[in-house]
Amino acid sequence: MNYFLSEEEQMVKEIARKIAEEKIIPVRQKYDEEGTFPHDIVEVMAQSDLFRVFIPEEYDGMGLSTLAMLIAVEELSYGCAGIALAYAGTALGITPIILYGNEEQKKKYLPKVANGALAAFGLTESEAGSDAGNIKTRAEKDGDYYIINGTKQFITNGGEAEIYVIIALTDPSRGTRGATAFILEKGMEGFEFGKKEDKMGIRASVTRELIFRDLKVHKSQILGREGGGFLMTMKTFDRTRLGVAAQAVGLAQAALDAAVSYAKKRHQFGKPIASFEGLQYMMADMAIKVESARALTYIAARNVDAGEKVADITAMAKAYASDVAMQVTTDAVQIFGGYGYMKEYPVEKMMRDAKITQIYEGTNQIMRNIIASQLIKRIK
Amino acid sequence: MNIFVCIKQVPNTTEVKWDLEKGTLIREGVESIVNPFDLYAVEEGLRIKERLGEGKVIAITMGPPQAKEALREVVAMGVDEGILVSDRAFAGADTLATSYSLYKAIEKIGDIGIIIAGKQAIDGDTGQVGPGIASWFNFPQVTYVRKIVEINKEKAVVERLTDYGYDVVEIGLPAVITVVKEINEPRLPSLRGKMKAKKFEPTVFTSKDIEAEETKIGLQGSPTQVKKVFSPPKRSGGEKFEGEAEELAEILFNKLKELKVI
Repeated sequence: MNYFLSEEEQMVKEIARKIAEEKIIPVRQKYDEEGTFPHDIVEVMAQSDLFRVFIPEEYDGMGLSTLAMLIAVEELSYGCAGIALAYAGTALGITPIILYGNEEQKKKYLPKVANGALAAFGLTESEAGSDAGNIKTRAEKDGDYYIINGTKQFITNGGEAEIYVIIALTDPSRGTRGATAFILEKGMEGFEFGKKEDKMGIRASVTRELIFRDLKVHKSQILGREGGGFLMTMKTFDRTRLGVAAQAVGLAQAALDAAVSYAKKRHQFGKPIASFEGLQYMMADMAIKVESARALTYIAARNVDAGEKVADITAMAKAYASDVAMQVTTDAVQIFGGYGYMKEYPVEKMMRDAKITQIYEGTNQIMRNIIASQLIKRIK
Repeated sequence: MNIFVCIKQVPNTTEVKWDLEKGTLIREGVESIVNPFDLYAVEEGLRIKERLGEGKVIAITMGPPQAKEALREVVAMGVDEGILVSDRAFAGADTLATSYSLYKAIEKIGDIGIIIAGKQAIDGDTGQVGPGIASWFNFPQVTYVRKIVEINKEKAVVERLTDYGYDVVEIGLPAVITVVKEINEPRLPSLRGKMKAKKFEPTVFTSKDIEAEETKIGLQGSPTQVKKVFSPPKRSGGEKFEGEAEELAEILFNKLKELKVI
């Protein structure tokens, strides 16, 4: 399938695939088993300029298209969705600064990420998942400073990232309109990390709590305007959830390729199992799903770059691609049969990794809420 | 200060098949790659530049015009410049003539800090061109380098891999080193490098440009000629004996007698 990528997008694809094949696939099982963070691979990504893809040129980046970034996520996820998340999570964490940062903030933070520093985004709390408006983290004004107290939960890249954008309430009486985004740096006094979560999948990715204890930050660390944090978050998610879609597409493609390759080699009843029509139909259905998920993700990315309203199309891509990843990885395990259930083969890991894509950056139920509300609004 | 890295474009031997009758490689349809050992040389060149915080990494290769693709590949890794030594007059060069031509080209550019090559090419397997360049220059050389312990503009301390371990060797610069794969892990091409490589055109040196003596290049300058290429006959496995020391001694004694060794 030809998506008529630009020359730069094609180069990103080649480089990210090479990293997946040469650096990630040989070690993904080890990282999955040990649940350790892949510092060495992040360094390779940085050295290959992958972090420059989504940083504008004036800040030491290359300012390529949203699609170029998604292609990098897709190809890295083809190798390992967990390892790829160090990259995709950084894109998520830095996007609010790219979109809403002032010149000083951009100058300070974007070149760091361009050169491989990781970023993270902190919204979720124990009582505020899908109901993000229910956050309790508080930022109280104290002269030119704010004192932040609270705990963020399930933060991708937590503890590994140097730069954090977090949402705290500056005026609880105004609800979501009283939420403000702050830029934090690892090492600030009062900024601690909680336990590392032991996860079902994407085990090479690190998920931690961010704990704020009388964390004192200057007002210059506010991103955008005071009270604008919640809207900013929603606008950010409108585009960044395509990162999850791309991760899901890469993962699903890897599972499909593994399944077809296995089906050609595995003999039963004296024939390769790929010659049985039952399995052929299964594989064909998997291919239809993967390709349509990719097509939807890519066209959504083009819409982001064109400045279109994208809340619903990105929600469609995220929900569809992640559902496809779950179905296709499950089918891949089925095609591998008993072997597929064993850790010695790669597809059981893919099935575990796929599940999270239906959950994070907005559950697929929330995605459908977004799509439905747009539908109802648009059609008279 | 220039850090020279010698590279060679070779057929990907994992895909190559032999024409047993003619005794030659069947090169049609086989992709060309940068000799894998040379990638370690390129990586080490880039690391030396990073370590010293100065210098220019210049890749140099002798070959037909299409060898510029090999240069392109290393430009994508971060090499600053690429020189293609290319002329019909160079055709048929053996390792002596090749090392002479590369020596003349490197001499022409000058400001030599160090010259690095892979330990050998996977097609010819001679391992002679690196040492040959050192000889033409009358530079010190260390082959099979597995680590550069120290380096500054005047000297380097390196570890040379041997069959039994390694030697620690101090050499004055400029010098030639050839490297083994233990030395590093070559980096993958970067995006900026690839974009630079896309537009890259090598500086081409002809025999005139490097002021080469006619009798020292190409077929004329090559005392060795390939007469025949063949795969060596498979060695048959040896005999294995087991038993007590005394029995074995007797078996061995009889065998040696049989072979008229004793």
